[in-house]
Amino acid sequence: MAEATLNTSDPTAAAVEVEMRKKSFWRVFVERNKAGAFGIFLLTVILLLTFIGPFFVHGENRTNVSLIYGGPSWAHPLGFDHSGRDIWYQIVHGGRSVILVAFLAALMATAIGVILGSLAAMIGGKFDVAMLTISDVVLTVPTIILLAVLAAFVRLNSPVQLALILGATGWPVLLLAIRSQVLSLKEREYVEAARMLDLGMPRILFREVLPNMASYILINFVFNMRGAVYGQVALYFLGLVSLSGVNWGIMIQEAFRRGAVFLPASMMGLVAPIFMIVMLMWSLILVARSLEDVFNPRLREP
Amino acid sequence: MNEPLMSLQNLTRTFDTRGGRIVAVDNVSFDLHKGDILCLVGESGSGKTTVARMAGGMLKPSLGKVLFEGRDINAMGKDDFKSYRQAVQIIHQDPYASLNPVQTIGEIIRAPLLHHKLVKGRREATQRVAELLELVDLSPAENYIGKYPHQLSGGQRQRVSIARAMTLNPRMIIADEAVSMVDVSTRVSLLNTMLKLSNELGVTFMFITHDLSVVKYFGWEGRVGVMYVGKLVERGRTPNLIGRSLHPYTRALAAAIPEADPDLTRSKEKLQLRSLDIPNLNALPSGCVFHPRCPYWVEGLCDVKSPPLVDVGNGREVACHVVVRNIQEGGNGRDLAPTSEELRTSSAAD
Repeated sequence: MAEATLNTSDPTAAAVEVEMRKKSFWRVFVERNKAGAFGIFLLTVILLLTFIGPFFVHGENRTNVSLIYGGPSWAHPLGFDHSGRDIWYQIVHGGRSVILVAFLAALMATAIGVILGSLAAMIGGKFDVAMLTISDVVLTVPTIILLAVLAAFVRLNSPVQLALILGATGWPVLLLAIRSQVLSLKEREYVEAARMLDLGMPRILFREVLPNMASYILINFVFNMRGAVYGQVALYFLGLVSLSGVNWGIMIQEAFRRGAVFLPASMMGLVAPIFMIVMLMWSLILVARSLEDVFNPRLREP
Repeated sequence: MNEPLMSLQNLTRTFDTRGGRIVAVDNVSFDLHKGDILCLVGESGSGKTTVARMAGGMLKPSLGKVLFEGRDINAMGKDDFKSYRQAVQIIHQDPYASLNPVQTIGEIIRAPLLHHKLVKGRREATQRVAELLELVDLSPAENYIGKYPHQLSGGQRQRVSIARAMTLNPRMIIADEAVSMVDVSTRVSLLNTMLKLSNELGVTFMFITHDLSVVKYFGWEGRVGVMYVGKLVERGRTPNLIGRSLHPYTRALAAAIPEADPDLTRSKEKLQLRSLDIPNLNALPSGCVFHPRCPYWVEGLCDVKSPPLVDVGNGREVACHVVVRNIQEGGNGRDLAPTSEELRTSSAAD
């Protein structure tokens, strides 16, 4: 019967059509923001290289004394490192765990921060006080030192373990920020209107309050990811985690330990992983900044 | 018309502030029957918004009860409260703060329809949204449905607020200064839209405003309650109350209504108040709270004893010692002798 109401004389039919033809999220994104589109492009390239690349770049990560500091060639475009291993192979294979660990850690920290922060603000009372106390305690523990101490007791060799530790220490600042934002947003009149309309606590939180902080949460997610990447590299650099496998952090650690800063021939082993990390950060920041535009309806005009 | 739809009984609300306890609303009672229009008038700080929030269930009274269909809303079971919550809606004052900036008009109005399963599916919901927009004279609806609040004017936003309040087919709307932040040019058409809801759909209105000229337009068929620092000082049918105000405060307000006719303006009663300042809520005057501003106050009576709301016949009630005494002595309650020496000092001060 829906079709019957859709004749042209019905004034509401046109409205229905307009509403059904809304622009998709991604189209708006690319149209509005060139820098953001470039950020997405760069991020896609890095993700393709590190996640799909390993299926195409074959070879072995084996020490070869005859190829130590060997120069670049078509088959090995970045040359060889201090123990004769292919640098290009290590770049392609060594990003996956860095990105995954950073993503998992940031996801965990953001989830904890957003959920507990908004609940603390909405529920209040003793729960709020408990959350504040816990985040204050966690905030005072320096991550790197905690990891150094942990490394003395546990063998930190699985990426998931690393992500859990980085995530479990990264949330307090976000929790405090989200809590204070929700405290102010929940007093807004449109939230009161939603309460008058009996829309229920979950809907009020997820549809009325949190979308107004979406860009803030996303930017924090990216900052958390950045922190997790730097945290990991720092751990590898200090040698606090096991140096087995292929990893950008391990590459930097080994190249530095071998004196890459002083040897022009070995420079590529240090520069290549740093370049990749810088590109990753840059793309994340571009994406985060332009996502803010997408979430701000004032900038979403046709 | 025997049982009122909503009945406020001896509502009192106090707030504890740094400066001590203040009484925002003091012993306010009135009934609203189905289809009534009741206007509450008063200046800032008179407690009218607090009354609205208590009637809307957003704030619990310190003392007294809000009865909805005879039952106390703050003692209701969950299901009863739910049906009350859906039957009474508030329209807020600020059309810029009352709409979520990240949702389109369509999303804002569709949400309650879908949440309470009043429609089936997105297409039917959108159909209903368009009908509601047409109801509040946002026509053609397709020009508004996909827009964000910041793309609309204040008056249009306020219409969206009304449409949203109408989604659950409420029986009563509490309009808290709903037109005071809207341009004067669009105010009348907004009032007409609300009058249409009252006349055609029988929605009961509690209309809160500081502007008696708005009351004159919107609430002519209904009743008015005048509030002054938390107390009801006068109550009656709108034409009576505005045309022949009794309480000195109401008379001052009525005298301030602008008239289009300059002759009328010149011949209008002017009431000289002794002071223009609203009393500090932290240190209310003794006796009648209005006596420091009242031109007719009687020393030893008004500054000592707080006047009760007295029925003076013809559906009028007034809380003023002087007026009530005048009427009891056979006067009309308006031919009062100003406390002359006081007036002289006040005009000398001017």
